[in-house]
Amino acid sequence: MGRLALRVEGIGKQYSLGGGGPSYDTLADALGRIARAPLRWLGASAPSQPRRTFWPLKDVSFEVPPGQVLGVVGRNGAGKSTLLKVLSGVTEPTEGAAAVWGSMGALLEVGTGFHPELTGRENVYLNGAILGMRRAEVARKFDEIVAFSGVERFIDTPAKHYSSGMYMRLAFAVAAHLETEILLVDEVLAVGDAEFQRKCLQKMEQVGTQGRAVLFVSHDMSAVTRLCSRAILLEQGHVLADGDAPGVIHQYLHGGAMHGAAVREWPHLAEAPGDGVAKLRAVRVLDDQGRPAPEVDIRRPLRIEVDFWNLDPAVRPAANVHLFNDQGQCLFISCDFTSEAWKAGPRPKGLVRSVCHIPGNFLSEGLVSVLAAVSSFPRTAVHAIERDAVAFTVVDRSEGDGARGSFAGPMPGAVRPLLEWTLQDLEQGGRR
Amino acid sequence: MVEPPAGEGSIASRAVGGQPPPTRVIRPRQGWAPLELGQLWKHRELVFFMAWRDIQLRYRQTLLGVGWAVLQPLSTTVVFAVFFGRLAKIPSDGLPYPVFALAGLIPWQFFAHMLLQSSNSLVDNQHILRKVYFPRIIVPIASVGAGFVDFFVSLAILFAFMAWYRVPLTLRVLAMPGFLALAFVTALGVGLWLATFNVRYRDIRYTVPFLSQLWLFATPVAYPASLVPERYRFLLGLNPMSGVVEGFRWALLGSGTVSGGVLAISSAVAAALLVSGLYYFRRMERGFADVI
Repeated sequence: MGRLALRVEGIGKQYSLGGGGPSYDTLADALGRIARAPLRWLGASAPSQPRRTFWPLKDVSFEVPPGQVLGVVGRNGAGKSTLLKVLSGVTEPTEGAAAVWGSMGALLEVGTGFHPELTGRENVYLNGAILGMRRAEVARKFDEIVAFSGVERFIDTPAKHYSSGMYMRLAFAVAAHLETEILLVDEVLAVGDAEFQRKCLQKMEQVGTQGRAVLFVSHDMSAVTRLCSRAILLEQGHVLADGDAPGVIHQYLHGGAMHGAAVREWPHLAEAPGDGVAKLRAVRVLDDQGRPAPEVDIRRPLRIEVDFWNLDPAVRPAANVHLFNDQGQCLFISCDFTSEAWKAGPRPKGLVRSVCHIPGNFLSEGLVSVLAAVSSFPRTAVHAIERDAVAFTVVDRSEGDGARGSFAGPMPGAVRPLLEWTLQDLEQGGRR
Repeated sequence: MVEPPAGEGSIASRAVGGQPPPTRVIRPRQGWAPLELGQLWKHRELVFFMAWRDIQLRYRQTLLGVGWAVLQPLSTTVVFAVFFGRLAKIPSDGLPYPVFALAGLIPWQFFAHMLLQSSNSLVDNQHILRKVYFPRIIVPIASVGAGFVDFFVSLAILFAFMAWYRVPLTLRVLAMPGFLALAFVTALGVGLWLATFNVRYRDIRYTVPFLSQLWLFATPVAYPASLVPERYRFLLGLNPMSGVVEGFRWALLGSGTVSGGVLAISSAVAAALLVSGLYYFRRMERGFADVI
């Protein structure tokens, strides 16, 4: 076994829900507590009553040799940022330990400590010092930093007069010149225009070839593929996969992290999720040909089938699906009680199927995760529910005929409908 | 958080073939921690830069700029001279009242400013604390830098007043830095406690101005310590700032006396505040990023 730059052993971080820290939240409560137990308060230690806690990180272990760029991928809330915070020392782990060989720098954010009233030059020095650079080091690299940022002309102007792009470029330029043996980078490449991002990526590639160890957190899978030889996949605070980057990314994108892909089945009634009214039998994402569709063209319609056992004829359950994007944002909820068939009357006891039809040119591109449930109304009761039951990726490779048209840049939005536009000429020939 | 690479049979000491001891070990800490003041020295440039930033920002985009550093002590002196000196006829140890008041106000304003800044320093810099690690103690210490600038500006005003009223400066002035240090230690000691509380209870932000107002009246700034009966004088010593203010007058104006006993009590109280403040701060700092 060769030398190491970083070893992480069983790191876990626990937070209490609702404000964190001890159970009192106001000074008045705290004073009451002090009055009752005059010595205990100094430590502000764990209160006696149990609190709801959660572990954004649990039992995380891995090792990084010098010279390796390790990608850290996973959905929002999977624990990626918490991991970097713990390793950088910003916050302390609750359990486990990590050993570091060499100097460590962390970029959890670009431009930490930048102040709008200070000039670009002053901010470079201040930010450099905050990131752990020596003054002499910043002075030596100053010209290089400024040239990299491309804000030479405004370097002695207060940063408040900068455009947000200039601000971010200067901030990233300082960070990019941090020369520690181990570097933790959290999603900082997502700044600036495409040209600047390309420059940043190049800079990061250089870092990897200089024999330094890098932990690189990103949602940008193409950047991870390009920069990292190895990657780990975090899911709910655990390391779900650790291996070569393309394999781990594939697992992440194709629902490895979502428990299964486009089809999920529960062949046995006894093991199916649900109660005495309804139990899920299967959830499927199918394309317009009826084939399982882990990947869907943004222009094509798709359908989500929910098969369930209808067990109690006295209740009229309704199947519903909740779609989430990879940010964990709910895109929409749809329920079969809007259908004529459902309104017509109760369904027979036994296995039944509800199909939700989603039109083409409606969803946005990216990973979509489906929560499937069977509920009854009006006294709302959830009989069967399965989070992340199935997942699929919407791919936008439209050739000028989608909502994207021929635009190739990033296109945010929870949905990407192709809507009708009408155009009129209100004036002709430039007359007033 | 940054611990020396010693370990009790843990990750640090379990050597892997040819692996040198780690530079740093990250693990949960329990209980009271050593102060590691060496870390402060290692990060002295950051202390400097943060102090420098506060000085830069203090007067930027203000109309009067550094004029504020002149105006504050000057206007307070005028108010004190009119109300306490002229109207209330408070004795001033035989000195012209404005000089007497200003010599007390200078260390007081230095102290009050430092107390306010250090108490709020962690909260004011919370965006940095959440994103970058460095020894947290740097923040309250650096926050007092701007106070020094004001201090030297007001000191220049005092010298001008002394020249005007023909109060001679003696060699005793050499003792002044000692009293300044006492004010620094007191303010930092209390500031560390308050800064730590402030992380969790924002009440502190509103408490500090109130606290320093009460403290002002408990300190012989507007009145001489000689006004307090002899046998209760030692009680003044419990307030280190009374030792500081009396000391300043003694060192700069040659007035009054500084009793060694009172000074010893003041120094002991200030030292106790600082040491306890430092340990409490170190104990609580691990949770700052999670709670702030």
